[in-house]
Amino acid sequence: MTRYLPALIATVFAVTIWQVIVSITGLPKFILPGPALVAETWWTNRAVIAEHTLITFIEVMIGLVLGALLGAITAIQLATSRVARVLVQPMLVFTQALPVFALAPILTLWLGYGLWSKVAMAVLIIYFPVTSSFFDGLMRTPPGYLDLAKTMQATPRAILWQIRIPAALPSLASGLRLAAVYAPIGAVIGEWVGASKGLGYLMLLANGRAKTDLMFAAMLTLGVLSILLHWAVRTATVRLEEARSGRSRAQ
Amino acid sequence: MTQAPEITFAGEATIDGATLFAPLTLSLRPGQWTCLLGGSGVGKSTILRLIADLETGAAFTGTISASDTKPVENRVAYMAQEDLLLPWATVAQNITLGARLRGETPDQSRLTDLLRRVRLTDHATKKPAELSGGQRQRVALARTLMEDKEIILLDEPFSALDAQTRADMQDLAAELLHGKTVLLVTHDPAEAARLGHAIEVMSPRGLTQCATPSAPAPRNVDDRETLETQGALLKLLREESA
Repeated sequence: MTRYLPALIATVFAVTIWQVIVSITGLPKFILPGPALVAETWWTNRAVIAEHTLITFIEVMIGLVLGALLGAITAIQLATSRVARVLVQPMLVFTQALPVFALAPILTLWLGYGLWSKVAMAVLIIYFPVTSSFFDGLMRTPPGYLDLAKTMQATPRAILWQIRIPAALPSLASGLRLAAVYAPIGAVIGEWVGASKGLGYLMLLANGRAKTDLMFAAMLTLGVLSILLHWAVRTATVRLEEARSGRSRAQ
Repeated sequence: MTQAPEITFAGEATIDGATLFAPLTLSLRPGQWTCLLGGSGVGKSTILRLIADLETGAAFTGTISASDTKPVENRVAYMAQEDLLLPWATVAQNITLGARLRGETPDQSRLTDLLRRVRLTDHATKKPAELSGGQRQRVALARTLMEDKEIILLDEPFSALDAQTRADMQDLAAELLHGKTVLLVTHDPAEAARLGHAIEVMSPRGLTQCATPSAPAPRNVDDRETLETQGALLKLLREESA
């Protein structure tokens, strides 16, 4: 419980500041609704919010799985092939230089207003962090392991699967933790550009009708979703890491 | 197992044009321990790595040959200061790493025998993080032996251990590596005095062969002659580096 205490205190503090600002300035509720109103709106619209949250959640999860797979495969290709490094690496950096926002309209045009244009956005936004952190890990195998493997006449393939990839898994894990935060951003951008479902769509809709309280409720739900996702990925990767190295039992 | 060969290393090495060591000749007598003693940076590890055909960053001119004229590099087993145990693999998996990396099926009876000889039978399914420093180094020793090579290259393998664990490891290694051609690179005069059938002190000026105590290796830690040799070696090391 004490682990979550700082977060709880910070939340209470932020909500208090928010309420104080609303009370002092007396801003109309379509500019800045107070926390109590947002909470009430959230509760009365919970069914609608839940429905849209589920859609965004599905987009994000599919995007995470596909993006992680694509990123991991790319990183392995880059790490094992000099040709791939020469050809693909500059392209990878270029795609990262392009703002994902700029690609959203064309993806919507190609993939339609449904699920897949949002999945594609999530994949695009997490592909680079996953690829680059896993690739870094693969290129930073402790040299002692490689020396040992060489004296054992190991094949490059065996070195890759039994030493380099396992040794790089913590790097992949840190890429995945980043991806868990980025993926919802990608999905929501996709929903802003063109959608009929999802939290991003709900935010735009509420904003257009001056239902700022509903927009805040959707936005906070998105924030909570992202935090939970990040927490879940972090917990899973830390557990895996402990099981892998036997460190939890040694404590 | 075939008779371990004699290894002759002859040559010089430079790093970016600067001499690392001048032309020298080092012979590893068959089936015996040769201790290469020296301070940091004189290139003693470079010699070991050259014999193992590992990356050194130095340009080497010379020859490395075996008395039976067969190639050297695929007949060596290597053990370093770090145990180099894979943290995600069990003790048994680490010991059989070589076979697994070559796509061979590990020899289970040999594994069982080695686990017993390094006194780790009860720890076979543990991960390295659950072991003490001495136990981890015993796993590394078992992994080296599992390779069943004739030439054993030891690069300061015991220097990170505390004094009594180091002495235990020296005894165990001397027992288990009996009959192999061993090169032990070390900066510890006591270690060289205890274990060497031949002791070479390496300095920027080259190699100096030193007398070894008359007792058979591994010598007792309190053997008078061994302690005298240790003292003489330390004195020589200090003079050479002065």
